[in-house]
Amino acid sequence: MPTDRSARRALRSRPAPRTILTVEGTREGDGELVARIRAGDEGAFLMLVGRYNASMQRLARTYVPNDAVAEEAVQDTWIGVVRGVDRFEGRSSFKTWLFRILVNRARTAGAREHRDLSLSDGEPAVDPSRFDSAGAWAQPLESWADADDRLVAATWSACLREALGELPPRQRQIVILRDMEGLPSDDVCDVLGISEGNQRVLLHRGRSRLRTMLESELAARGR
Amino acid sequence: MLLRRRSDLVCQQVVELVNDYLEDGLSRADRRRFEAHLRACPNCTNYLEQMRATIRAMGTLHPDDLTPDVRDEFTQLFRQWRSEDGGG
Repeated sequence: MPTDRSARRALRSRPAPRTILTVEGTREGDGELVARIRAGDEGAFLMLVGRYNASMQRLARTYVPNDAVAEEAVQDTWIGVVRGVDRFEGRSSFKTWLFRILVNRARTAGAREHRDLSLSDGEPAVDPSRFDSAGAWAQPLESWADADDRLVAATWSACLREALGELPPRQRQIVILRDMEGLPSDDVCDVLGISEGNQRVLLHRGRSRLRTMLESELAARGR
Repeated sequence: MLLRRRSDLVCQQVVELVNDYLEDGLSRADRRRFEAHLRACPNCTNYLEQMRATIRAMGTLHPDDLTPDVRDEFTQLFRQWRSEDGGG
């Protein structure tokens, strides 16, 4: 039986599930963990929780007015996973199945709160004052070729999370599922129940805002 | 050709198309116009690269570590859910 600390260390040393920068290691896939959960394996369950709980919490939070309600929706979802794991047939990826359950629960919880989740469309990708009257960049735009390593460094995590938290809820939903969790756009539309067109608009707005926030943060840090 | 053709994109339009370009959502004609603009415009080339860097950075955020408290809580819950299932 591993100690709590060594288990946590093991969890931390695993590569992220899917990112563009990290290479898939030998870690167990979701499907294998699901099979172990069917057999009652607690460790497999905790690994899945470790993998997805934070994103689920973020996603749920976009539907409900506070962290506590979001936590309830997330916990409901995990109950649903444990109880419904025998019914999971693997027609979609586990991740898509999981987020679909979560969105249903969070939406039900959020419906009680009547949150306005507007598209916030019509907002430009870049502040219009950055362009001259002909629509060309008024000032040269910096290359970030050397900023990549810095952007992924640990000191940026807090900044990126904060930037994500500042996105309007519907933009945040898409960025979490597409860019953090790496779901394909079809699955994202399925999970959120939105059209391909809406998904693309929201993703565009979300990514544009994140870029702007990173740009000002890079400027503030003096590069 | 020195005069800008009507079909040429300006930077302010390009930044609105960057995501559709990355998502492979542009028509072939728009894609050609987009790429033609990029070839002539280092700023928009940088903008596209900034957008890619932003997406890569978001992809590195996941996952957070579970705090010991959350871990303990879920361990308890898992045992409880399993036993309820077994009993019911």
